[in-house]
Amino acid sequence: MSVVLASSGPSAYWYLTRSTGTVSLVLLTGAVVLGGLDVQRISTPGWPRFILDALHRNVSLLAIVFLLLHILTSVLDSFASISLTDALVPFVGSYRPFWLGLGALSFDLLLAVTLTSLLRQRVGFHAWRTVHWLTYASWPVALLHALGTGSDVKSTWLLMLSLVCLMAVLATVLWRATAAWGEHARLGRFALAGTGAFTLFLALWVPGGPLGSEWARRSGTPAALIGHSHATTATNEDHR
Amino acid sequence: MSYRLRVNPIACEAHGMCAELLPERISLDEWGYPLLGEEPLDPALVDHARRAAAACPTFALLLQRERQPR
Amino acid sequence: MSSAQSTYAEQPTRAAGSPVGLPRLLAGIPAHGSLDLAEHHSLHGPLPQMTRHRRRRSELIAEIERSGLRGRGGANFPTAQKLEAVAGSRGRPIVVINAAEGEPASHKDATLTRALPHLVLDGGELAVQALGASELIVAVNESAIAGFESLATAIAERGTSARSSARIRLVGVPDRYVAGQETALISHLNGVSALPTFTPPLPFQHGVARRPTLVSNAETFAHVALIARHGAHWFRELGTGAQPGSALVTLSGPVAYPGVYEIECGAPLGSLVDAAGGLSAPARALLLGGYGGSWVPAEHLDSLCFSEEQLALYGASPGAGVVVVLSENACPVAETARLARWLAGESAGQCGPCLHGLEALATSLETIAGQDAHAATRERVEQLLALVRRRGACAHPDGSARLIQSAIDTFESEFDEHARYGTCERCLAPPELPLMQPRRTRHLSTRRSSLSPARQP
Repeated sequence: MSVVLASSGPSAYWYLTRSTGTVSLVLLTGAVVLGGLDVQRISTPGWPRFILDALHRNVSLLAIVFLLLHILTSVLDSFASISLTDALVPFVGSYRPFWLGLGALSFDLLLAVTLTSLLRQRVGFHAWRTVHWLTYASWPVALLHALGTGSDVKSTWLLMLSLVCLMAVLATVLWRATAAWGEHARLGRFALAGTGAFTLFLALWVPGGPLGSEWARRSGTPAALIGHSHATTATNEDHR
Repeated sequence: MSYRLRVNPIACEAHGMCAELLPERISLDEWGYPLLGEEPLDPALVDHARRAAAACPTFALLLQRERQPR
Repeated sequence: MSSAQSTYAEQPTRAAGSPVGLPRLLAGIPAHGSLDLAEHHSLHGPLPQMTRHRRRRSELIAEIERSGLRGRGGANFPTAQKLEAVAGSRGRPIVVINAAEGEPASHKDATLTRALPHLVLDGGELAVQALGASELIVAVNESAIAGFESLATAIAERGTSARSSARIRLVGVPDRYVAGQETALISHLNGVSALPTFTPPLPFQHGVARRPTLVSNAETFAHVALIARHGAHWFRELGTGAQPGSALVTLSGPVAYPGVYEIECGAPLGSLVDAAGGLSAPARALLLGGYGGSWVPAEHLDSLCFSEEQLALYGASPGAGVVVVLSENACPVAETARLARWLAGESAGQCGPCLHGLEALATSLETIAGQDAHAATRERVEQLLALVRRRGACAHPDGSARLIQSAIDTFESEFDEHARYGTCERCLAPPELPLMQPRRTRHLSTRRSSLSPARQP
């Protein structure tokens, strides 16, 4: 009979934080795609503009709900000692500070977007629209966070999911940037350049980074947690 | 208390959501800009009108309260 | 009732006492250059002193009200009412003299500011004192160099006799048709573009720097300057009951001496044409009020009297004192098409119905003026006219619709001829109606939120 382990295995929060995180990413992707369709004024008799608009708004709010659950469960989970501060203030944590910090950053951006959207009438149209453009920044930051922090990153399903989400957002941004060519040409060029750079970065970094060896150590996981079955980047089935 | 519809033509960018949400009173011209009737709003439509005004992406649609009853 | 007098003749220096008959504003006007402060005072007397006492402050407004003076910028709004509105609003007021004359067929403000700057500035200062304003702004077209320099010199002259408590600022305004519109002017003075804004708020409540602002035409201020000296009763010695006093009119077209004239309100237009040396070619019609005004057939020339109520009988209005004669040698259809194109180009581009509607009207009228006209195009024009009225933030689409509608009604026979036979021989004649440089191709963007066709975000 082996020594009883001090901790009995991954808590429910650990699973919840991973699942809600994944769902958040999918919902955020949906929100970006719907936002792109909305601003391009796509509508059919069966899907009038106000439906698309309401859908975009509701998917975004749902994404925020799941994001809050993701943050809450990651704080409550005792494994990686992520405090509430770490979750909201970027880069101050002890667990994979940079990659977790990206998540906090993404959340902060989304917080600004959400608040200005809820208070649109107070804030006024132009201020609201400028802040809303931060969503184009918060999505890639969220994806990097998922790839850098996530324990499931080496699993096929997550990689496939991330790829599908990435392609959906790329398509949306490319379409939006080229459509705005007349009026916001400078912004369009900037968006295309940023998108190209980001995609290139992913292609170069992911194979040697999260998918490479010893990513847990390289990404800043505290030494005490490495070697524990939680912290390995093995698949789910390996967890006891 | 009666209400009137008014549009800020400078803010209006012809999204057309107002016409979708209040088709009884708002139609769109050939360029997509709203045609509002001049008459006061039917009380039964006021809630729909409020929703239409809230849905306008640029806050161009305005619901104005009339003080004097007509 | 004295008839209109030409004011190009030399005027003797005035003795004390109120002038009888005409000219009033244009008394002593030099053909070139301007009257300096000393000459101005010897002609009209010194500026009436208004004490800062609260009770006296509204004496000017009361006198203006008794005089029945109405604005000369085109809207014909009672000046006393405007003054009262500003006086009653919260905040320290600002007075703006609007000499930004965007109307190509109008030169009265340019003439006044060039030749008689002190008369205009007197009116401004009187308003400043009556309202307790802190600043007087004079707005002139950037291209009106003579007026600009004249005013600058005059302001410097007055500055040395530092009686006025307000500072005077001279500002250039872009040469656009809509830039002289009240809210556009205020937007420009606030550092945003010279384009109309949505109202409310109106200038008398929140104008320059969000303070109550009095914006009136330069000629209106000139009248104020004389009413303060000679009184409301004197002002009413000329004109009609509803439209008292005198007014400046710019007369252009085939007359012997086109130019700026001062006439008695309500005077017959025939006497104006006579004072200008008569017609130099047979006239087909008269355009009254400016390029947002209306046409009247020339056969009515002898029965037309220059007042709001009289011209209303013919569906017209004095507007900003503009009378353009169109000769029988011109093709009214071609001229209307040219005007419509110009008006479309002058759209601020902020409101969809105006931008698209005026463009479509110009294209339709050009089609009618060209070879390819038929009933469908006429119907299209009527449809478009209904679509542009009252759907902009300013009166530009309405004025354009009024002009085009009255052209179609007045020149029905020429339009029919074009529909049946295409272009006429008069189409080859050089254009008669004065227009400014044709605008560059309209761009949809403006500095703030731009307008785009319904599809593009």
